[in-house]
Amino acid sequence: MSKIAVKVDDLTVAYNYKPVLWDIDLEIPEGVLMAIVGPNGAGKSTLIKSILGILKPIAGSVSIYGKPYDKQRPLVAYVPQKGSVDWDFPTTALDVVMMGTYGSLGWIKRPGQKEKKAALEALEKVGMLAFKGRQISQLSGGQQQRIFLARALVQNASIYFMDEPFQGVDASTEIAIINILKSLRKAGKTVIVVHHDLQTVPEYFDWVTFLNVKKIATGPVRDIFNDDNLTKTYGINYKVSIQE
Amino acid sequence: MEFMDITEYIQLVFTDYTLRTITLGTAILGAVTGMLGSFAVLRKQSLLGDAISHAALPGIAIAFLITGAKDSNTLLLGALVSGLIGTFWIRGIVTKTHLKSDTALGLILSLFFGFGMLLLTFIQKQPNANQAGLDKYLFGQAATLVESDVWIMAIVTGVCLLVMLLFWKEFKILLFDEDYTKTLGFNTKFIDILITTFIVLAIVLGLQTVGVVLMSAMLLAPAAAARQWTNSLGVMVFLAAIFGALSGVFGTAISASQNNLSTGPVIVLVASVFVVVSFIFSPSRGILFKHIRFVQNRNDLQLHKTLAFMYHIAETHEDISHPHTIKILNNFRGYTRSSLKKLEDKGYIIIKGNMWSLTDHGFETASNLYNQQHRTDE
Repeated sequence: MSKIAVKVDDLTVAYNYKPVLWDIDLEIPEGVLMAIVGPNGAGKSTLIKSILGILKPIAGSVSIYGKPYDKQRPLVAYVPQKGSVDWDFPTTALDVVMMGTYGSLGWIKRPGQKEKKAALEALEKVGMLAFKGRQISQLSGGQQQRIFLARALVQNASIYFMDEPFQGVDASTEIAIINILKSLRKAGKTVIVVHHDLQTVPEYFDWVTFLNVKKIATGPVRDIFNDDNLTKTYGINYKVSIQE
Repeated sequence: MEFMDITEYIQLVFTDYTLRTITLGTAILGAVTGMLGSFAVLRKQSLLGDAISHAALPGIAIAFLITGAKDSNTLLLGALVSGLIGTFWIRGIVTKTHLKSDTALGLILSLFFGFGMLLLTFIQKQPNANQAGLDKYLFGQAATLVESDVWIMAIVTGVCLLVMLLFWKEFKILLFDEDYTKTLGFNTKFIDILITTFIVLAIVLGLQTVGVVLMSAMLLAPAAAARQWTNSLGVMVFLAAIFGALSGVFGTAISASQNNLSTGPVIVLVASVFVVVSFIFSPSRGILFKHIRFVQNRNDLQLHKTLAFMYHIAETHEDISHPHTIKILNNFRGYTRSSLKKLEDKGYIIIKGNMWSLTDHGFETASNLYNQQHRTDE
């Protein structure tokens, strides 16, 4: 592994005096497809949100390719949990995907033909082109997740942060999404995913971070995805059989 | 109103200074509050308007106590200041403590309104002849509108429209997904303050006409009605502005034709009529069409079930149009005379006496029914 895409130093986040993340140091190499795993309340979403500046950490710093995140925003795309927005908002699927172009447009400038073309291409990639004019409340959960993914793809970033993209989607959508993530990795992008299903970690990801308020371990799945780390993270005697 | 009265009234609107001023003022007010109300409703800050308008009351009283003046501009400036203070306190409470926003809104609303009422009663007890009439800001008094008030409303509305068109994309993305907006590098605090400031401005402008107590309805009713008719943000904002303006015009007309009705409450009632009509009659979201679709679907399903039952019987015969007795359907309770008639009308079956037989068309439809079922199940 060559360059470090994301570097987190001494990150500490607290709600109401209670630490949610404690002194996290993390280095994510370029080009990995990484899962962040840990029990509920381990701070997985919080980690992503504080890396992205959505939450304010008490201490710590984040750098993207060696520079502060603020200067590197165009390199980073975010896929929030789909439950974090109101899907009854009056807009269409295409319009939501177009929002991915707003960052590069900057203030005031409106999206034009070029942006629309990019959005349509992203919709095609996630297999949602036929739904471009659909009101977003009339999309299924899996389709909404694909729309969010397309919105991030439009940003054409180098690093993708995704908060539980597999939550509440059916098997075919899950396969479609993981194929897109794998093709992103193939294109040299770095993908960081908050993930819940431990069974699929070895199959989907090549890199993993165990988190439970503190960082337990981080590294290649084949080296560190073992019973020892799972037990340390989940606090119970956790046994998974990893296919050799 | 009689027909003659309407034409007379319209003539009066164009010739009578007072009526023209009030009509224009309430129409502009309705348009700007409808527009901005759409943003408040979509941000789930429907109660923000209520809190802001109540928070404006002490500002009016204090402005009077300090300056002794009673012209609307001075008093509304006081309202603006205390409305803004109330708004920033609400934001402060939400971000600094762990109280939810509804608690913060309720707290600020009652605190400021209570303080305002206290000041009003204090002012009324003073031996100052000038004090009478401050309480018009409680329920508004459109009759006190003068041309300069309307000009101020028009200017604020114009600026608001300009800013909205300029920052349309920023407003939209903030309303939909604030966290994501932050990651794109937009200063969400700035956009938020911009929206909120305009909401406060619109509310303050309406206090003289509609009053502290009912002002939030001007913000919410047109927006809630508009949401029923469209799935596009742009159309929703536009419709809300139209509904708001029409509420102003009709409300003024009704109150002008009935001498004793005060304008503010009538405008709010007209706006509520828009809401009720929209809730019932909107084609996609309205109660009426939803129910009609529900009944239609249920009837269609009943027909399809009967047809499917017939299909299973006909399937076992070489000749699909072999006649069967209607009695055979007794095993299946979902049919009625009228549903059989409907199936016949659609050309699915032929009824002769008390025998029925499936047509080719009916057989094909029934088998497709199954295929479609399978396809959607996958």
